[in-house]
Amino acid sequence: MPELLKVTNLTKNFPVEKNILDVLLAGRKRNFIHAVDDVSFSIREGEVLGLAGESGSGKSTTGRLILRLLEPTGGSVYYRGKDMISIRRKEMEALRSKIQIVFQDPNSSLSPRMSVGEAIEHPLKIHNMGTKGERKEKVLDLMEKIGLTPASFLYRKYPHQLSGGQSQRVVLARALITSPDFIVADEPIAMADVSVRALILELMKKLKAEFNLTYLFITHDLATAKYLCDRVAIMYLGRIVEIGTKDELFGNPHHPYTKALLAAVPVPDPKRRRIEEMPKGEIPSAMEPPSGCHFHPRCLRAMLKCSKKKPGMREVSPGHFSACFLDE
Amino acid sequence: MNKPILEINNLYIDYPISIGTVHAVEDVSLILNRGEVLGLVGESGCGKSTLGLSLLKLIRPPGKVSGGEILYKGKDVLKMSGSEMLNFRGQNIAMVFQNPLTSLNPLFKVKDQFLETIHYHKPEIKQEEAIRMSENILEDLGIDKERMHEYPHKLSGGMRQRIMIGLGLIMQPDILVADEPTTSLDVIVEAGFIDLLNRLRKRFNLTIILITHNLGLVAEIADRVAVMYGGRIMEIGSADNIFSDPLHPYTFGLINCIPNIELEQKELITMPGNPPDLVNPPDGCRFAPRCPRVMDICKKEVPEVRMYKGRKIACRLYE
Repeated sequence: MPELLKVTNLTKNFPVEKNILDVLLAGRKRNFIHAVDDVSFSIREGEVLGLAGESGSGKSTTGRLILRLLEPTGGSVYYRGKDMISIRRKEMEALRSKIQIVFQDPNSSLSPRMSVGEAIEHPLKIHNMGTKGERKEKVLDLMEKIGLTPASFLYRKYPHQLSGGQSQRVVLARALITSPDFIVADEPIAMADVSVRALILELMKKLKAEFNLTYLFITHDLATAKYLCDRVAIMYLGRIVEIGTKDELFGNPHHPYTKALLAAVPVPDPKRRRIEEMPKGEIPSAMEPPSGCHFHPRCLRAMLKCSKKKPGMREVSPGHFSACFLDE
Repeated sequence: MNKPILEINNLYIDYPISIGTVHAVEDVSLILNRGEVLGLVGESGCGKSTLGLSLLKLIRPPGKVSGGEILYKGKDVLKMSGSEMLNFRGQNIAMVFQNPLTSLNPLFKVKDQFLETIHYHKPEIKQEEAIRMSENILEDLGIDKERMHEYPHKLSGGMRQRIMIGLGLIMQPDILVADEPTTSLDVIVEAGFIDLLNRLRKRFNLTIILITHNLGLVAEIADRVAVMYGGRIMEIGSADNIFSDPLHPYTFGLINCIPNIELEQKELITMPGNPPDLVNPPDGCRFAPRCPRVMDICKKEVPEVRMYKGRKIACRLYE
């Protein structure tokens, strides 16, 4: 399959605002939060790549950088070979009909003053697609496909009149209305109730097949990543520590952080209670990340050099990369 | 077997609102044995948090308990006076809430929050003794005692949650009610927290009610599981029974609708439809409108909770 998206050495630093007196008088340097630090990966057409990690790992920021909702500090993003960072704003805006994003909380992604129909139609208006009649027809047609039925009845409803599952469907429909081929899904089920999650996941699978979609699926839940994704990348403090196919990553994890994450996932089976020891402490601040391998202060197998040098990505088996000195 | 430490009999809790009354908890009966961990599971709005609050008589007016009793060692909690309750909370039952940052006072150092709690319950305890008690409990929780001098905002999420547990346990209650204690925590910290609960439970012979929507968490720690839906108990049984052989169609759906990292799943069970409107609940079984195995009678009469295969279940399929 051809490559749809390629990300190389993507970096994003957020300046931390400091007191102006500190900067001018004391000459202190401005601090930066290193949210995304030299991230590279690619996604083939029709693939689902999972981007998993704990809060603060930079996975959502990466998603936003790809759509240029945030301007990267460095690195490149190529969509079908086209460099999206250097193109002009206008061109980028046109491209957004092909690349869409679905956010975590459907309620804050929907305007309370727009009816369901208006919200889903809105992207078509922005991109000047079709006449008024054609647009309405397209919206109703998509609503049927996405399970927002009866469509003509829900068309006039407002977000507060919808259930949680319905609002997430509206957000999905709005993302799909311009016929994109690439969707960044940023924790689309995290806010949903348990029984709604399964519905959304099954729907996303169905839509992928029906519309030939490619997903970047951002999640903190590895069980969901395993269920939906073809390949998974694990992020820690702005860096990808391990990336590989689902079978490789879950069946043969290499990085100690991946292993810890996998062991920590609670399994709904009391006969399989966890016995592994957990890493110490919590994810440190991205303002002053640890030296060398970011994970070394918590790693149960840390060695001396882990604190001195940043481990590079190494291919541990075909298509499976891990950034750890243990694999040397 | 010993007498249960807590016994809830036919509890009803209502919240009057402008368009009627929300029947948040209906006819719930539960027993809690000393030293066990009970997982109380269900989706949002099923009444699990309301039930948890009622055990400490913390239902805010206009909400009220409209029927039933809660017996703590045989004594009805609902009949206790306000001043009795002030001591009862903390010394007999303590509660840990979901978000530790809103439960800790941002203006007080950790130490002062501990001292306040201790001195409230036991004014006769001397300052040094109280500090020693706090240091001991921090040690049990795996927190460096120097952290006592920090304000809550300086601590990480996992540490705040452990401080909350510490404040709950400082007066050595028998029962700890933990309402979604790990929802704001990352998965590795959550796993550490579960290890901690397991350790504390043995150390203090604690009885724990774990209120959560996360079935994986319940499977990790609970001895028994109670499943709630629409304000009612659907199924209660040992964790082994409930997870290996869920009988109630709702329990079955709940367990099989989440991705399981140990399995190669091709498709998830989906439960179409929405949770019931608790102002005008459906006639009959609350789950009937979404139930894949619904029968005619389910839509007419509320099924009673009956014993079946070593568990309690409210479903017509098992009569």
